[in-house]
Amino acid sequence: MKTAFKIKDVNGYYGESHALKDVNFEIGAKTVTAIIGPSGCGKSTFIRCLNRMNDLVPSFRLTGEMLHNGTDIYQKGRDIIEIRRKIGMVFQKPNPFPKSIYENVAYGLRIHGIKNKSTLDDVVEKSLKKAALWKDVKDRLKESALMLSGGQQQRLCIARAIATEPEVILFDEPCSALDPISTSKIEDLFSELKNEYTVIIVTHSMQQAARVSDFTGFFMMGELIEFDETKKIFTTPSNKLTEDYITGRFG
Amino acid sequence: MHKGFQRGKERVIEGALFLCALLSIFTTVGIIAVLIFETADFFGEVSIFEFLTDTEWTPLFANKHFGIMPLFAGTFLTTFIAMLVALPVGLVSAIYLSEYATPRVRNVIKPMLEVLAGIPTVVYGFFALLFVTPLLQSLIPSLSGFNALSPGIVMGIMIIPIISSLSEDAMHSVPMSLREGALALGSTKLQTSIKVIFPAALSGISASCIIGISRAVGETMIVAIAAGLQPRLTLNPLVPIETVTAYIVQVSLGDTPWGTIEYKTIFAVGMSLFVVTFMLNLVSFWLKKRFWQAYE
Ligand SMILES: Nc1ncnc2c1ncn2[C@@H]1O[C@H](COP(=O)(O)OP(=O)(O)OP(=O)(O)O)[C@@H](O)[C@H]1O
Ligand SMILES: [Mg+2]
Repeated sequence: MKTAFKIKDVNGYYGESHALKDVNFEIGAKTVTAIIGPSGCGKSTFIRCLNRMNDLVPSFRLTGEMLHNGTDIYQKGRDIIEIRRKIGMVFQKPNPFPKSIYENVAYGLRIHGIKNKSTLDDVVEKSLKKAALWKDVKDRLKESALMLSGGQQQRLCIARAIATEPEVILFDEPCSALDPISTSKIEDLFSELKNEYTVIIVTHSMQQAARVSDFTGFFMMGELIEFDETKKIFTTPSNKLTEDYITGRFG
Repeated sequence: MHKGFQRGKERVIEGALFLCALLSIFTTVGIIAVLIFETADFFGEVSIFEFLTDTEWTPLFANKHFGIMPLFAGTFLTTFIAMLVALPVGLVSAIYLSEYATPRVRNVIKPMLEVLAGIPTVVYGFFALLFVTPLLQSLIPSLSGFNALSPGIVMGIMIIPIISSLSEDAMHSVPMSLREGALALGSTKLQTSIKVIFPAALSGISASCIIGISRAVGETMIVAIAAGLQPRLTLNPLVPIETVTAYIVQVSLGDTPWGTIEYKTIFAVGMSLFVVTFMLNLVSFWLKKRFWQAYE
């Protein structure tokens, strides 16, 4: 299996507070990896480092290396725009732009200078289909995205991320603001997406991690306690802390 | 007993506050009533048709014409020039303050801009007449000593802080999640600001522009001092003109006898101005409401 990310001795700090501690592991390409752990353990911090979203936090500092396809994301002079294009992200709360459904999906192409109408039409349709939203919206692409339900908005955000043809898609608790039906629709997507993309999901739901992921990493207080195949983590974890967490003894 | 006294005091205070509120409502109603009454009186002597279509405004001369168009042309011209200055500068500073400036820089620049808004307009008026006009004359030799251009520009400078401050508020209150969403798709900061944040704040921004316009339409001192007090139906910014507001001060300050037709023009002109600014305010109110609804 090809390696997508290689995380080497990563430490992350918000000012003085040490949010990621000596994290080391590898994430395989075209797999679904779940990141679990109690609240405040650094899951979001970790995933937001992968596309340098944490650059937006002025106090944040990172040491160590995060290699994507063999080159360090944090190497001096790396083009952040290029990184974020290759490594897309879907957030906890759906955040569609106050534009039409069509323009939301086309946005990523437009900012990269693609104007050709038929190319845009194609990509919008393909992306919406991959995000299982095409049937719901194909007759009202010109309507405001804010008219959609929460679950549809989240799938729109997935379509929007897919449209720029990233290699990786990061999800930070993508279902925590959604009802069970919307959640299961999005969960169904993950197994489809991994045929083409490397998928990394932060989730609070152990069932979700078990259902959708191939690999699972368990974080606690900024440390990666255990990383292994999901099957192994949920049946025979090697660390006592992991076992306590997945059996619901804390967290 | 003590409690009863407390309750009585509360009642008195409540009553007093209610009377104050009533007083301000009565004043407003009173002003509007006087306006309507005197305007009706005016139109008893001058036809509305003449008022709206005549191309000359000469109520103070022997040969009287009562066409409001030259005054509104003056107002339109100065307002247009003012917005030409205030819109680009105000909006660019709003984008800068909201999306680029660090909190420290913002805390220095915002109060500085607000000082601009606090300068008395009479000072702006003299600044236009004695500094800006001569400066412009050295660039445009055909420019008259009184003209629309110079007070228009100065009015624009005065309006910049209104536009920048209100637009900045609108852009600043666009949720952070939209910025993150745009950046995560590989937008540059400029693309995020212009293609996502600016449109998301558009109704708030338009409301600020309309407040700016309505401020320019209602501005009196600067145009009375520097534009010339000569009603003229023209869109040429280089010649003397008169605005609606400037006419009202001109007549109010003069020794026009009470009850004459010249005197009554103030009310008809004032009423027209009131209708225009009232409609602008309604539009801005409606836009603002729409903006807040979008994020609830
Ligand atoms: N912008 C920030 N500034 C300072 N400290 C932060 C910031 N964001 C997160 N932290 C701190 O870093 C630690 C890790 O936070 P993080 O958001 O990564 O946790 P999480 O695992 O995603 O939690 P949750 O499950 O609640 O989302 C926490 O102690 C948090 O308080
Ligand atoms: Mg989190």
